[in-house]
Amino acid sequence: MNARYIPYLLIAPSLGFLTLLFFVPLVQTIALAFQANGGWSTENFARMTGDINFTDAVVDTFEIVVIVVPLQLLLALAMAMMLQHLRGGRDIVLWIWSIPLGISDLAAGLVWLAILTDKGYLNTLLVDLGVLNGPQSWLSYETPLSLFAAIVVAELWRATAIVLVILVAGVQLLPKEYGEAAEVFGATPWQRFSRITLPLLKPSIQTALILRTVLAFEMFAIVLSIGGRNFPVLVSEAFNWQYSQQDYGVAAAYAVIVMGVSLTATLVYLRILRTPAAQR
Amino acid sequence: MCKGLLLLGSAILAAGLLSARHARSETVVFLSTQLRPIEEAQKVRNVILKDFPHQVDYVTEQPQQLPVRIKAEQQGGMHTIDAIGALHGELQPLASLDALTPLDDLAGRLKDRGIPERLMTLGKFGTEHQLYIPWMQASYIMVANKQALPYLPTGADISALSYDQLAAWAGAVKEKTGKRLLGFPAGPQGLMHRFFEGFLYPSYTGGVVVPFRSEAAEAMWAQFASLWKEVNPNSTSYNFMQEPLLAGDVWIAFDHIARLLDALRQKPDEFVAFPAPAGPKGRGYMPVLAGLAIAKSAPNANGATALIDYLSRPETQIVTARNVGFFPVVRVDLPADLDPGLKLGAGAIEKTQSAKDAVPALLPIGLGQRGGEFDKLFMDTFQLIVLRGQKPRAVLDREAETLKRLMSESGAPCWQPDPPSTGPCQVQ
Repeated sequence: MNARYIPYLLIAPSLGFLTLLFFVPLVQTIALAFQANGGWSTENFARMTGDINFTDAVVDTFEIVVIVVPLQLLLALAMAMMLQHLRGGRDIVLWIWSIPLGISDLAAGLVWLAILTDKGYLNTLLVDLGVLNGPQSWLSYETPLSLFAAIVVAELWRATAIVLVILVAGVQLLPKEYGEAAEVFGATPWQRFSRITLPLLKPSIQTALILRTVLAFEMFAIVLSIGGRNFPVLVSEAFNWQYSQQDYGVAAAYAVIVMGVSLTATLVYLRILRTPAAQR
Repeated sequence: MCKGLLLLGSAILAAGLLSARHARSETVVFLSTQLRPIEEAQKVRNVILKDFPHQVDYVTEQPQQLPVRIKAEQQGGMHTIDAIGALHGELQPLASLDALTPLDDLAGRLKDRGIPERLMTLGKFGTEHQLYIPWMQASYIMVANKQALPYLPTGADISALSYDQLAAWAGAVKEKTGKRLLGFPAGPQGLMHRFFEGFLYPSYTGGVVVPFRSEAAEAMWAQFASLWKEVNPNSTSYNFMQEPLLAGDVWIAFDHIARLLDALRQKPDEFVAFPAPAGPKGRGYMPVLAGLAIAKSAPNANGATALIDYLSRPETQIVTARNVGFFPVVRVDLPADLDPGLKLGAGAIEKTQSAKDAVPALLPIGLGQRGGEFDKLFMDTFQLIVLRGQKPRAVLDREAETLKRLMSESGAPCWQPDPPSTGPCQVQ
């Protein structure tokens, strides 16, 4: 056996596994989205865009992504830098910050629902402190801003750890010499951070952003538990079309849209945050 | 030693096969679209079917999947289902598929149970043969906290309210308490669409599909939008009204009886149950009738027959009512020790069915897998007119186009209370 073929043979089982369990269903879903009434047509997409919730779903999803992802990046950067400077207890702090990663997003949604619902902890606290006279509705369709804010806060709480963990790994690999040299030359902490640490962290930031953005477009369980019908997003609409209306074609159309958007975002990140080979 | 092991192994295998076959001929596979949530299914298995002499395999199925599964079994030739328990509208497509065994002998034997004639007629689907035996019934009622009773408009009889009186009542509650305490199950898993299909539309327009965009419907939506001002805005998250009722977030609620029973049972002294209001055209209500049928070519038809007989016994019907909130179809004297919550619910259903101006509206029939789209139509109309404040006329005209397309594509003829039609039901 020619030694050249051995690497390909070793990869072959996992490739076959991926093809069978990932690519085949992917292709089938795309085919399902473009089929209606037994033939090829774009009727599913027409039905999807004509639905009363479609525009809201698209706008809401993008609003969430555009607001949550940069906030999480900033938060995670700050947290990673803080971790760098901790002497003792660093592991404990990192562990506490990663706890939300370990619970399912539905559970996280239910936690925040328990806090923000009419008889929840927040209202009880505010009434006890005398700030409110009676329970204030935070999550109804009459208070869209506070509903949006609640979803943003819940997502920040739940998923910042994803970005944090990737950034912490990246920061730990940075050579200390550059920072020390800059300090010798009189650079301020901010200059050290913005001119040295950040550029060196670009590959980690790129990875974290891709991962977090793709996951943000697929956000579903938190929105469903906190917002219910009041805050449609792309994946929750796909879910409703699949299970309530039993229309697999339109649900597949939504899935294709989410995939397309995620792929585009990934390509954009790969382009913008590209590090030339020489700097890697 | 090797040969001995081989002999032992084949003996065990043979015994296993034999006993499996013996067990299968004893087991009755009972497929049901009702009583699906895990607590209710466990009650069926452990309480209701406890005294049945044979082994029952109680399998639940999503309503939309039932015709798919039966069709698949017919085409594949492999029959596994013996007894089917489903709603009237879910059994009808099976009747059109010719997948149900006629049950005329069984119906004859069960004559003395006292199932009302009009229910037995429904079970014939317009043919001469009895295709299902009515199993249990339920409906939708309203429940009010006794604290809300002082705010009833003067002269209003709670068992015979009109929608105007309901609006006045909820308005008085809001004015005096400062809180909106009327609630509807408009959450993602709520049954709000049944309210529109079976209560609001029949009460105001006398029909559901035919007068969908009539002037009466336009007036109805305008009135409902103004009623919504007195409704608790968290209604868009309520799936089971018993929860907000018990929590005190809502004082007046509408929902399926099975989703209100917990509240009535836990605090029977705090609540009253009464029929839904009436509109200009009468008191529309949606009777929910579940029936038992036997699949054609069932492997264990005798067992299925025995199961249906067992489930129609008065004792079993009372046990069913006690446990899952679906009420008997046979003639029973509800025992005096029936818990007070159940009595409240049964009383409200009885008042609904015997109201002088009652307009029964059946669940949609003949839509098959597209029932979900039909429900979405009403919820979309509700969302656009009531939640987003759009003009009823424009929304009704737009949604009527979708409804017309749905009816012509599914070919479903009109159902009660719309007058019967030849061919697909037409929207005027």
